Amino acid sequence: MRIEEHPVLEFERGKEIYFYYNGKKMKAYEGETIAAALHANGITKFSESTKFHRPRGFFCGIGKCSSCLMKVDGVPNVRTCITLVKEGMVVEDNDGELPDGEVQEAKTVEMEVDIAIVGGGAAGLSAAIEASPYASVVVIDENPRPGGQLIKQTHKFFGSKEERAGTRGIEIARLLREEASKKCNILLNTSVIGYYDRGHHFLVAVNRMENVVYEIKARKIIFATGAQENMLVFEGNDLPGIYGAGGVQTLMNVYGVKPGKKGLIVGAGNVGLILAYQLKQAGVDVVAIIEAMPKIGGYMVHAAKVRRCGVPIYTKHSIKRAYGSERVEGATIVELDENWNYVEGSEQDVECDFICLAVGLTPSVRLVAQTGAEITYINEAGGWIALHNEYMETTKEGIYVAGDLANIEEASVAMLEGKIAGLHAAHSIAPVENFDEKMRAYMENLKIFREGVFGARPKMAKEKIRERYHEKMGKGRSG
Amino acid sequence: MKRWEREGVVELEDLDIPSEEYLRKGVAITECLQEIPCNPCVEACPVDAISMETINDTPKIDYEKCIGCGNCVDACPGLAMFLVKVTGDSALITLPYEFLPVPEKEERVKALNREGKEICDAVVKRIRRGRTTLVTIEVPAEYALEARNIKVVR
Ligand SMILES: Cc1cc2nc3c(=O)[nH]c(=O)nc-3n(C[C@H](O)[C@H](O)[C@H](O)COP(=O)(O)OP(=O)(O)OC[C@H]3O[C@@H](n4cnc5c(N)ncnc54)[C@H](O)[C@@H]3O)c2cc1C
Ligand code: SF4
Ligand code: SF4
Repeated sequence: MRIEEHPVLEFERGKEIYFYYNGKKMKAYEGETIAAALHANGITKFSESTKFHRPRGFFCGIGKCSSCLMKVDGVPNVRTCITLVKEGMVVEDNDGELPDGEVQEAKTVEMEVDIAIVGGGAAGLSAAIEASPYASVVVIDENPRPGGQLIKQTHKFFGSKEERAGTRGIEIARLLREEASKKCNILLNTSVIGYYDRGHHFLVAVNRMENVVYEIKARKIIFATGAQENMLVFEGNDLPGIYGAGGVQTLMNVYGVKPGKKGLIVGAGNVGLILAYQLKQAGVDVVAIIEAMPKIGGYMVHAAKVRRCGVPIYTKHSIKRAYGSERVEGATIVELDENWNYVEGSEQDVECDFICLAVGLTPSVRLVAQTGAEITYINEAGGWIALHNEYMETTKEGIYVAGDLANIEEASVAMLEGKIAGLHAAHSIAPVENFDEKMRAYMENLKIFREGVFGARPKMAKEKIRERYHEKMGKGRSG
Repeated sequence: MKRWEREGVVELEDLDIPSEEYLRKGVAITECLQEIPCNPCVEACPVDAISMETINDTPKIDYEKCIGCGNCVDACPGLAMFLVKVTGDSALITLPYEFLPVPEKEERVKALNREGKEICDAVVKRIRRGRTTLVTIEVPAEYALEARNIKVVR
């Protein structure tokens, strides 16, 4: 299941180590997650549903869906998809029971910074780079590597020179990471688990690998927690082998492990199209991409390159069910008519051992919601959104949002929004020279991005967000 | 609705095809037909042959100016630029190739069309490794506007 050779990526595998899965000794490499190591050893069932004991595998691969929970070294409910495997680690089926005996003591570290940034993806790292010449900054990310979604994008990015167009996503992630780590402190493997208003902004974060609790007092906080992948309702959708598209990208492009031999992709937006291409690059077969809409949603250039590799795209098609006993063995797909009903007799079974859902993202809004910033449902933005102004500041003073969390868009936009939030946060602590000029340039770039056909939806979403923000703020700040 | 909107397959009538004269000179052909916020092709061209009014426009190539250098093929994130040069009975096509194995010079490969179907034999004439690996293949001239990918068969 490991990818040995790849046209674009080189996998830096760490030292060979051994861990135990339900008593069985297995090989892994240092620096990979438990989930990746289990996959590489052919294990795809990670847990069972509590009531009906249905097998479950991981779905999102970025610590947001909870279907990969296992017992690790006696601790239950560990998110194996973002926890690194260690020499001699004991991984077992989850029983949800808390361990008997003494509670592990954690070390507490207190910190005081000007700006705390939650999430080290495109938006968070850009905010950090922008703000750190003027303010003390800490970035906190719960994944083992910073870069968010970018670390698995092998394709060259679109956009303009300023946003590094024509450069591969992984390369952009490396550049951002290098620059940010020179300028500020980045805490990895560290999850922010709570926000408290103590007259000042206060965050609690936990380094899960080293048992350290951080208590962070910050003058401003930028939330850039990204988004999580949407689920789709169909029979058998909980079988191991059904993944979010990003989950497969993490497995394949970060850890060099194949999700299976032959996949079906649901959703012909950019994520689904790019994933199909990346699977082919990794030497994995793709039976088809199916899409419920009558038109392909992603860029035509992505669709065209996927087609040139021989992958069919069926629009007006959906998935009816997935079947298999312990994991996916196939799927029934079906044609849809004008009213989204199944066309009678159009069912077709396709053989595949995994299915990727690429049916949209939802902003990960739960943490920022704890601050008391106003949250509103905006369909065009992908779901619940923290209202914010043009400087990315929410209705709660000193709390900012940026990137996918602030509207499902693109990395280029995430970087620009990060810069805007970072610059504004720094400026409101101590005036930044040439603030107006810099800000104007970033905003102008953002505007240009949202002008094309693909910019229409995000543009409308942002207009609604601002409108509601100003409606709300007309009545005074919350919090 | 265009076929590419439904199936992702571009048809010749959708494209701006250079005249025979330009094809003999050897020029870039763009298969980028949708308004997306992207312009590395414009930035990459050493002779300003590619134009765009705003970043959301589709690229237009001035075949008079184009010198067939291939820089735009290398830079394009959409893998939507190709070089075509017709010489007598055969055509040289330069295309982006991001798979393994990378073929050797003079290796016989299969040329694929826009649906990934094998259409003819091709011989690899040149490999250029830049940001993207560019492979130049030679095919019979009648496939000059059809061959858009390759399959290495060993
Ligand atoms: C397949 C695919 C293709 C794409 N192609 C393009 C493209 O060609 N061009 C383009 O511009 N964009 C593209 N994008 C979009 C782009 O990758 C995203 O818009 C961008 O990465 C969003 O950045 P972000 O920083 O907002 O979020 P993310 O990159 O998701 O980063 C969020 C970070 O927050 C961390 N985090 C979340 N919660 C916590 C917590 N509680 N504590 C600590 N850390 C936390 C996460 O670990 C993560 O690292 C693509 C996306 C995908 C999936
Ligand atoms: S082939 Fe060279 S000269 Fe012609 S358009 Fe492309 S970059 Fe410009
Ligand atoms: S670089 Fe490629 S995808 Fe981008 S506009 Fe030019 S031709 Fe289109």
